[in-house]
Amino acid sequence: MVTLLALAAPAAAADSGKSLYAANCSTCHGSIGEGNGMRGPTLRNVGARAADFYLRTGYMPLEDPGRQPTRSRVLFSEQDVRRLVAYVGSLGHGPVIPHPQPSRGTVSVGQKLFADHCAGCHQIVGEGGYVTGARVPPLEDATDRQVAEAVRIGPYLMPRFSKTQLTDRDLNSLIAYIDYAKHPDDAGGWALGHLGPWPEGMVTWFLAAAALVGLCVVIGKRLPS
Amino acid sequence: MSRVKDALVSAVVLLVGRAAPSARPDREPLVEQGSPSPGWEVVVLILLALVAGCAIVFMVLFSFEGLAHQTQYLGLALGAAFVLLAAICIVVANKLIVTEELEEDYPDLEHSAESDDVEQVVVDSGSRFTRGRLVKLAGFGALGTLGLALITPALSLGPAFATQKLKWTPWRRGRRLVDSQGAPLKASDIEAGSFYTAYPEGADRELIGSPIVVVRVPLADLKSRHDWAPQGIVAFSKICTHAGCAISLYRKPTFVPVEPRPALVCPCHYSTFDPADGGKVIFGPAGRALPQLPLAVDAKGYLRAQANFDEPIGPSWWGVRKGKAYTT
Repeated sequence: MVTLLALAAPAAAADSGKSLYAANCSTCHGSIGEGNGMRGPTLRNVGARAADFYLRTGYMPLEDPGRQPTRSRVLFSEQDVRRLVAYVGSLGHGPVIPHPQPSRGTVSVGQKLFADHCAGCHQIVGEGGYVTGARVPPLEDATDRQVAEAVRIGPYLMPRFSKTQLTDRDLNSLIAYIDYAKHPDDAGGWALGHLGPWPEGMVTWFLAAAALVGLCVVIGKRLPS
Repeated sequence: MSRVKDALVSAVVLLVGRAAPSARPDREPLVEQGSPSPGWEVVVLILLALVAGCAIVFMVLFSFEGLAHQTQYLGLALGAAFVLLAAICIVVANKLIVTEELEEDYPDLEHSAESDDVEQVVVDSGSRFTRGRLVKLAGFGALGTLGLALITPALSLGPAFATQKLKWTPWRRGRRLVDSQGAPLKASDIEAGSFYTAYPEGADRELIGSPIVVVRVPLADLKSRHDWAPQGIVAFSKICTHAGCAISLYRKPTFVPVEPRPALVCPCHYSTFDPADGGKVIFGPAGRALPQLPLAVDAKGYLRAQANFDEPIGPSWWGVRKGKAYTT
């Protein structure tokens, strides 16, 4: 009986997810996830992983299908997100939601992997930046699960990384590093892009230069002409 | 015992005793005698004591481990000490040192007899030269050649010198591609939408000609050099043709119709190359296409080079297109 109920629960969620999908997603992704030409890609076989990523980052629903999806407020309630994820997961045989365990990773290994694979675009402390044709999002607000999902999906213009390139163990280390980089030890003051104390130093120099000139004027005396 | 007493007495005298009168009282003073200003002297003494206090605070703060904002407090203590020192300098200069203001006229700029003499001396000293003009010419020639020698290194930007290592690469026909761990890469390892860095098997990876980027583009999208790209797998030198940075960005559209086409991007100045069209430049400062390595798949499915690159690799120089890549 218990097993029956457990089996029935996702099925029921998928059922109510179907009406949510029809109301919010079908214009671009097709009435049964078959895609819609220039508007949106098919959702067959993308799995719960992609649905979970795009919905929980607020990437979807997208106002204008030609625009780059950006992190924004999640418009669905937690329950609705679950229903939609269950429904999209039921379209074909896609991958399930990953469960990374950064506590089993090593920050130093993760930093090396991040430098090799991610820092080119996301910058070494995950501040984000630009690539021709797109903005690279900062990783400050990315949860562990979203990072694990994005690495395998490759959202928008990001390349995807297979398990042969980055194993799940590598991924744990990578996330451990990203978590560290969210709050690195900013010795010397304000974070300002986690560059170290350079910005304050620069500002201080400019202020000090002005102050020194002022001081010279105060303590100096002009010769009577 | 008496020696200790002597030392103590002299220390006390040194600390609190007033300055002795001038060492040579009989001599006429060069600077006018100023009136004493004990008030400002006390101010200076207090400020000096504060400087010492700041230094002690610095030392005490430093001894605390794990103090929050320790760096800032240390900076404040040290900064205050320097500010006080500056204040002391100002007070001493303005209030205690005897000053006088003197004016000096600018010297005359007219020719004096002396400068005429100097000219005469120079001319007369050269009387032993019989071919003065030739020696002068040779002198300018020697110095000019030395100047040229100093700017010669600039020629290594091309076309003349130091381009050899960009022309010689370890790639040759039949060489297998290996990953960073040294494991040979199979064509089936290369997934679409992902990008890989590969090296020549058994060669030095530190050579600038070694690293390549490998991506798989859909066969239908391939615009040129179809016989260089088995199954749509293409390989390019990882060194950007603009300034020699490593191409470490791969732009890959998730939804092709509305997103820019796939491209290899250099993170330094955003030179963007089209992997589906022989590495042509589609954006950025690079002046020529990324050199492409023709690939082949052997019977066991391993990726091998068909030949060397089609052009010298790396940053471009005058006449680079006339060059050729050679195998070391």
